[in-house]
Amino acid sequence: MRRIISVLVENEPGALSRIVGLFAQRNYNIESLTVAPTEDETLSRLTVVTDGKPETIEQITKQLNKLIDVVKLVDLTEGAHIERELMLIKVKAHGALRAEIKRTADIFRGQIVDVTSGVYTVQLTGTGEKLDAFIDAVGESTVLEVVRSGVTGIARGEKVLSL
Amino acid sequence: MTEGKQVELLSGADMVVRALADEGVEYIYGYPGGALLHVYDAIFRQDKITHILVRHEQAATHMADGYARSSGKAGVALVTSGPGATNTITGIATAYMDSIPMVVLSGQVPSRFIGTDMFQETDMVGISRPIVKHSFLVKRAEDIPEVIKKAFYIAQTGRPGPVVVDLPKDITDLTKKFPYEYPGKVKIRSYNPPQKGHTGQIRKAVDLLMKARRPIIYAGGGVVLGDASDQLTRLAKQTGVPVTNTLMGLGSYPGTDDQFVGMLGMHGSYTANLAMHHSDLVLAVGVRFDDRVTNSTSKFCPTAKIVHVDIDPASIAKTVPVDVPIVGPVLSVLKEMNDLAVASAGAQDKEALSNWWKQINEWRSGQGGLFPYETAEGIIKPQQVVQALYEVTKNDDAYITTDVGQHQMFAAQHYLFNKPNRWITSGGLGTMGFGLPAAMGVKLHNPDATVACVTGEGSIQMNIQELSTCRQYDLGVKVINLNNQALGMVRQWQTMQYSSRYSHSYMESLPDFKKLVEAYGHVGITVTEAKDLMPAMEEAFSLKDRLVFLDVAVDTNEHVYPMQIKDGSMRDMWLTKTERT
Repeated sequence: MRRIISVLVENEPGALSRIVGLFAQRNYNIESLTVAPTEDETLSRLTVVTDGKPETIEQITKQLNKLIDVVKLVDLTEGAHIERELMLIKVKAHGALRAEIKRTADIFRGQIVDVTSGVYTVQLTGTGEKLDAFIDAVGESTVLEVVRSGVTGIARGEKVLSL
Repeated sequence: MTEGKQVELLSGADMVVRALADEGVEYIYGYPGGALLHVYDAIFRQDKITHILVRHEQAATHMADGYARSSGKAGVALVTSGPGATNTITGIATAYMDSIPMVVLSGQVPSRFIGTDMFQETDMVGISRPIVKHSFLVKRAEDIPEVIKKAFYIAQTGRPGPVVVDLPKDITDLTKKFPYEYPGKVKIRSYNPPQKGHTGQIRKAVDLLMKARRPIIYAGGGVVLGDASDQLTRLAKQTGVPVTNTLMGLGSYPGTDDQFVGMLGMHGSYTANLAMHHSDLVLAVGVRFDDRVTNSTSKFCPTAKIVHVDIDPASIAKTVPVDVPIVGPVLSVLKEMNDLAVASAGAQDKEALSNWWKQINEWRSGQGGLFPYETAEGIIKPQQVVQALYEVTKNDDAYITTDVGQHQMFAAQHYLFNKPNRWITSGGLGTMGFGLPAAMGVKLHNPDATVACVTGEGSIQMNIQELSTCRQYDLGVKVINLNNQALGMVRQWQTMQYSSRYSHSYMESLPDFKKLVEAYGHVGITVTEAKDLMPAMEEAFSLKDRLVFLDVAVDTNEHVYPMQIKDGSMRDMWLTKTERT
C-alpha cells in the first residue's frame, strides 16, 4: 500500500542521513523523498512516499518516531489530504509541435518557463498521475529531459502538523 | 552563567573530563591517540576519574558494557579517531542489540579538516549510525557539557542504548577556555520516553491473566534493564503462574525457584518450550520475540493470547501479532498489574491452574529435569564444568560473563541466577571476545565480587590481549575455558546439517593456555581428568586476588540440547542426537 508520511525533524546536520539510513537498514522502500526547512528555522519537514504491507508501514512510523531527531510525524494517507509534485520538463518544440505543446501545457495548466527556437521548458504541478499523463500526452519521443521534485503533501481541513 | 557566582573557565578537553566526573563516572576505558592528546592531557591533570588503558579499543567498549550490565548505569569508552573509532564498532553494535547504556567518546580530526581524508580520519558518526541510539558531532567547545549530559540522558533512559560523541581535536584545544557549568538536567523536545502504561490496557491484561487456564510469563532483558525483577517475582508468586526467561532475562526471576521452567527458545528447556506452545496466555514482559525464541513465527503459540509489555513501541507487533499491547516502563506496568491482581485474586481458576502445573511437572520430571545430559566415563562434559562452577560460586553472589557459542548456552542452561545483573552475555549480536573484557569491567567496579568468564578456546582468543590489562590493574577475574578444541556451535551445526563436513571449525595449533597466561603474569591451571575438575575449580576461586585461567579439556562431540528444529513451532526440538519431539 502506498503511503505518504510527513515528518517534522530537528534541523540538525545528519538528521536526514539517519532517516534515509533507517529505510536502507530496515529494508523499507522509498518511492520519493522531499525535504526543506519550515517557517520554524529549527525544524525541517520531510515527506516520504513509501510502499508496504500495513504491518511494515506500522514499523516504519514506529522506527521513525524512535529516531531522536524526529519530532513528530503523520501518515497523510490515513485521512483526506492534498498531494503535489512539481515537474520541469524540457520538450522538443519546433514546427507544428510548437503550438501543440503550448496547447497541451495549457490543458494541464502548465506554464512554459523557458523558450529557445527548438525547445520549450514546461513547469507543471499536480499529483504524480497528472505529471505522468502530461508526459504521455506530449509523447515520449518529444521529451528531452524531466526533473520531478517528489511528492509533498498536507492534510485537508483543520488538521495541522506542527509542534 | 549565574551572576555573582565564580564561573570556572575550562578548555574543551578539561570540560570533557570534568563533565564525566560531574555525571558520576568513576572509570573510563580507553586508548590514546593523536586526536585525543588534549583530552589525555586533561585526564593526566585530574584525579576524579580513573582511566583504564585497554590493549584494543573493542575491549574498552566491552568493559563499559560489562559495567553497564552489572550496574544499570552507562559505561564510558574513550578512543581516538580513525582506527580507534572503528575498533569500537563491534562493541557498540553489541550494546545496541542488547539495549545497553553506553557512551563512546571518539576523537576526530580538527573540524576544518573533516572530509579531507586526513591521517586517521573516519566518519565515526556515519559509520556508527545504524548501531547507535543517537550520536553527536560536537561543533563548538561551549556545547560540550550539554552534549555530554544529553548523551547520558539518552543512553540511560527509555530503551537504553549506546550514544557516540565525536570530538574534533580543535574543540578540545587546551589554550582556549570557556565558562563551564554542568547542566543538572536536560530536556529534548523530540525525545520523551513513556513514563507509564495505559491503565485500560493493563486492566485488560490482568483480566486475561486471571482468567487464563494455561498462562505463562515470558520475561526478558527488559525486566533486568527496567529494574523490575522484584515486581515480576511478586506477580508470579501471587498468581502462581510459571515463568520462563529469555537468554537476556536470566536472573530477572530466581533460577532456583520451582515456578521457573528454565530458559526458552532455540536451546531452551523442553518444559519451557512446551509450556509456551500449549499456553492459552503468554504474558511477555521486556522481550522482543527474537527469532532465537519464537522459531517459526507463523507456528508460534497457536492457542495463546499474547500480552506484550515493552517500553519500546517498535518492539511490539514487530514479528508476532499481539492481542494486548502495553507501552510503558516494565516496572510501573508490573506494579500496576500486581495491585490489580491482588484485587481480582478471586477470579482465578485455581483448578485449571493446578492441572496446568500437573502437566508442566510431568514434562519436567519426564525429562529428568530442565536440562538433562548424559555423562561418560573418562570424559569431562562441558555441562559438568558449568555445574562445578555453580557449586563453587553459588553462595558468592557471583557475576558470570560469557563469550558466544556452545559454552554460552551451557552456562545459560546450568548456572542458576537468583538475581538480575549477574548474568552478562552478548545475546543479540552474539559477539565472541565479549566475555573477558566484560568481566574486567564488572570486576573493576566490584573489586570484592566473584567474577567469572565462561568461555571457549575460540572466543577467548578474540580478546586475549586483555590479559595484559588485567595484569596492569590487578583484575582477579576467573576464566573458565571450556576447551573442546573446536568451534563447538559451528561444529554442532556441521554435524547436524552438513553431514559432519567440519569446514574451518577445527582449530589447529592452539596455544598452551597455561603457559600463555603465565607469560602474562597470571595463574594457569589445566584440567584433563574428570577427577581433577572440582579441586581445580575450588583452587581457582580460593586464589581471591589473582586472575586464574582454568583450561578444561571437554568433550569435542557434545551438542547443546534441546535444539529447536528450523521452521517448526516452539515444541519442535531435537532432545538428543537421535531423539526428537
